[in-house]
Amino acid sequence: MGGTLTGTVRLARLALRRDRVQLPLWIVGTTVLLSGTYAAAQEQFPTEADRLTVLRTAVETPAILMLRNVPTGTSNGEMMAFQIFPFLVVMAGFMSTLAVVRHTRQNEETGRTEMVGSMVVGRHASLTAAMIVTAGANLVLAALLALTLIGNGEPTAGSLTLGLAVGAGGLAFAAIAAIAAQVSQTARAANGIAAAAIGAAYLVRGLGDALGDIRPNGYTMTTAWPSWLSPIGWTSLTQPFAGNRWWLLGLPLALAVGGTWLAFALTNRRDIGMGMVAARPGPATAAPGLLSPLGLAWRLQRGTLLGWAIAVGLFGVTIGSLSSAVEEAFDGNEGATRTIRELGGEGSLIDSFYSAMLAIIGAMVAGYAVQALLRVRAEETGGRAEPTLATGVHRLRWLGSHLAVTVFGAVLLLAIAGISAGLVAGLAAGDTGGRLADLTVAALVQLAPALIMIGFVLAAFGLVPRLAVGIGWAGFAVALIFGQLGELLNLPQAVRDISPFSHVPALPAAEASATPLVLLAVVAMALTAAGMALFRRRDLAP
Amino acid sequence: MTTAISVSGVVKSFGRSRALDELDLSVDVGEVHGFLGPNGAGKSTTIRVLLGLLRADAGQVSLLGGHPWRDAVALHRRLAYVPGDVNLWPNLTGGEAIDLFGALRGGLDKRRRDDLLERFQLDPTKKARTYSKGNRQKVAVVAALASDVELYILDEPTSGLDPLMEAVFQECVREVKRDGRTVLLSSHIFSEVEALCDRVSIIRQGRTVESGTLSQLRHLTRTAISVETARPISGLVELPGVHDARVDGAHATFDVDAAELDRVLQHLHRFELRALTSSPPSLEELFMRHYGHQEARAELAGV
Repeated sequence: MGGTLTGTVRLARLALRRDRVQLPLWIVGTTVLLSGTYAAAQEQFPTEADRLTVLRTAVETPAILMLRNVPTGTSNGEMMAFQIFPFLVVMAGFMSTLAVVRHTRQNEETGRTEMVGSMVVGRHASLTAAMIVTAGANLVLAALLALTLIGNGEPTAGSLTLGLAVGAGGLAFAAIAAIAAQVSQTARAANGIAAAAIGAAYLVRGLGDALGDIRPNGYTMTTAWPSWLSPIGWTSLTQPFAGNRWWLLGLPLALAVGGTWLAFALTNRRDIGMGMVAARPGPATAAPGLLSPLGLAWRLQRGTLLGWAIAVGLFGVTIGSLSSAVEEAFDGNEGATRTIRELGGEGSLIDSFYSAMLAIIGAMVAGYAVQALLRVRAEETGGRAEPTLATGVHRLRWLGSHLAVTVFGAVLLLAIAGISAGLVAGLAAGDTGGRLADLTVAALVQLAPALIMIGFVLAAFGLVPRLAVGIGWAGFAVALIFGQLGELLNLPQAVRDISPFSHVPALPAAEASATPLVLLAVVAMALTAAGMALFRRRDLAP
Repeated sequence: MTTAISVSGVVKSFGRSRALDELDLSVDVGEVHGFLGPNGAGKSTTIRVLLGLLRADAGQVSLLGGHPWRDAVALHRRLAYVPGDVNLWPNLTGGEAIDLFGALRGGLDKRRRDDLLERFQLDPTKKARTYSKGNRQKVAVVAALASDVELYILDEPTSGLDPLMEAVFQECVREVKRDGRTVLLSSHIFSEVEALCDRVSIIRQGRTVESGTLSQLRHLTRTAISVETARPISGLVELPGVHDARVDGAHATFDVDAAELDRVLQHLHRFELRALTSSPPSLEELFMRHYGHQEARAELAGV
C-alpha cells in the first residue's frame, strides 16, 4: 500500500467533527422509531388474540406485507419487527449512504479533496476514513437498538440479531454509495444512485413478502425468492426473535466488503475530481430554450425529475401488476375482508390496497418536491444566484421559475404513477378505462400534501435561508412520521393532524371530498405567498 | 447626469460585525474608477449593495440615477457584473453560460462575443465543471463585455488570469472607456489600477479613507530620493517633511513629503548636486502606507 492510507485517522476525525450533530440525530432518531413502535404495538395489540387477528389479516394482504414485514410470531419483539424492521434498515441505509457521499464525492466536488490531497494524505485515505466513520455509526446504531430491546426485557439473541442486521444493512448500502461516489461526478448523482438502490431493495423485499406462502398456522409466512435478491430482504430473513439466523448477516457483510473493495479498485483508475466517464464537449452556444429563468430552472432540474419519473413509474407498474394477486387473495376469504374493513378500510379491498400504495407515492412525490425546491438554496449558497439576480431577472421570476418546475414535476410524477398503475391493473382486469381514470384521479389528489411541503420549504427559504435545508427536510420527516406512521406509533389524532398527509382523502377507497383538498390548497398558497414575499425583502445569503 | 454611482454614509451590518461603516463612493459617468482595499475591507459588500442583492441599513445609494434596491431589475439591464468568485453551473458549457447571462441581461452582441472568445482564448464547448478558476473568470468577463451596457461592475476580474490575458483585459477596458461607458473596477493589482483608472477610492474596514485621481493621491504621499553632492550634506534630517533619511557624507537617501519637495531640493543645492534619482510613489506604496504600518495609520488619522 506504501502510504496510500496516510492521514486516514486525521480525515476520520475531521469527518466525525463535521458529523457531530448529523450522525447522532440519525442514530437517536432510528432508535426512537424502534422504541416508539415497540411501545405502540403493545398498546394497540395487548392480547394474543388481537395479535393473531392482525397477523392473520396481514398475511392475506399484500399491501400490508409490502409496507411492513413478514410476520414471524406474536411476541412483543416479533410484533415490533413485523411493523418496522425493514424501515429501520432503510433509515440505516440513508444514514450510511449520505455520510459516505458527504465525505468522498461531495468533498471532491467542492474542491476540498484537492486541498487535502496536496497535504500528507494517501490516495485511499478519504474513502477509508468515510467507511470507518460510517461503519462506526452503524455499529453504534446496532448496539443502541439491541440495548434498547434488551432493556425492555427482550431475549438477548433476538435483540442482537435485529440490531446487527440493521447495522449490517447500513454497511451494505454504504458500500453501494462508495461505488456510486466513484462512478458519478456529482454528489447529487451519487446520492441519487444510492437512494435508488435503497428504494429498489425495499421494493424487491416487499415483493418477496407479498408473494410469500402462508404457513399452516395461518399467521406466519415463508418469504418468496425475491427477498433473497435484496439487502433489506437478507436482513429480514434473519428473523430476529424467531429463527435468529444471524449467519445470514454474512450476505450484507459480504456485499459491504466486496463493494468497498470495488470502490477502492475504482479510485486507482481515475483522477481526483473526475468520474469514470470523461466529460465530453458540449454546445458552444446555448439553445433558445435555455435562455430564460424558466429554461434554466428546467435544465437544472430535469435530470432529477427523470430519475424520479423512472422510480415512480416502476412503482406504479408494480402496484398495477400486484392488483390481480391482491384480488385473488381476498376472493373467498370473508374473515380477512371483514377484518380489514374493521381496521378502517372502506370501499372494496382492492381499493384499500390502491389507497395504501398511493399514499406511499404521495410521500415520495412530496419528498421530490422538497428536494427540487431546495435547489434554489443550492443555487444561492453555490454563488450562482448572485450573478443571475444581478441581471435583469426579478427575484420573484427567478424563484417562481423553480417553483413552476417543481409543481409541474410533482403533477407529472403523480400522473405517471396513476397512469402506469391504472394501465397495468386495467389490462389485467379487462377494465382499462375505469381503472385508468380511478387511479389517475386518486394519484393526483396526492398533489395536496406535496403543495403544502412546497409552501413550507418556500417559507423557510424566505425567512431563515441558512436553515432552509435542515428545516425543509425536518418538516418532511415530521409530516411523514406523524401522517404516515402515526397509526403505527399510536400517536394521538391531534398530533397526526399536524401532517398534511393526514388530511388527504384516501382515494379510491374513501369518498372523494373537496373540502380538505381546498383547505390544503389554501394553506399551501398562503405559505408560498409568504415565502415569496419574504425572499423578495431579504438579503441574499450565500 | 454626470454621476454614475453615488454612495454616501452607507452602513451595512451582519449580526454584530459592521461590514460597511458610513462608506462614501462617487463614480462619474465615463470614468474607470479603481476600488481598492485589503481583503475584508467591504469591497464586495459595497458592490452587492449597489446590485440590490443586499439592502443597506442606512445611507444614500444612487446607481445610474435609480435606487439599487427598488429599481433593481431596470438597473440591471443597464449594467454588467463580474463577481469576484465566479461560480457557474457545472453541467452547462462556457458558451451556454455566456449566452444565458447575456440573454438574462437583455441580449448580447454575437460578433463581440465571438471576438472576445477569440481574444481570451476560451473554449466555449467545455463544461464549466472542467474549467479552471481563470477560465471561469473569462466566462464572466466575456459575458459582461459582450453586453451593450452603460456600467460595468467588475469585482477583482483578473485575479485568476495570466499576464497575457491580463493585457487583453486591460485593452478591453480601454475600449469600453473609449465608448464612453463607466467602469467600477475592484482590484488588488496595482499595476492594473494604475494603468486603467482615472480615479481611485481606497477603503478600509468599511470606510473610504482616500479618494481622488492618482496624481492627487500621490500628492498626499512621499517621493523617494537618492542624491550625491560635491560637499558633505548637513541639516537635512532636521528639515520638515523629510523621513527615514540616511546621510553618509556626500550621499543621502530619504523620503520626502510631496509638499516639501521644492524646499528640500533648494536646501540640497547648497551642497552642489552631482546626481539625483527620484522615484514617484507607486500606488502600492500608497496602499502599504495606509495598511502596512501602524504608525502610518496613526499619522493619517492626524491629517
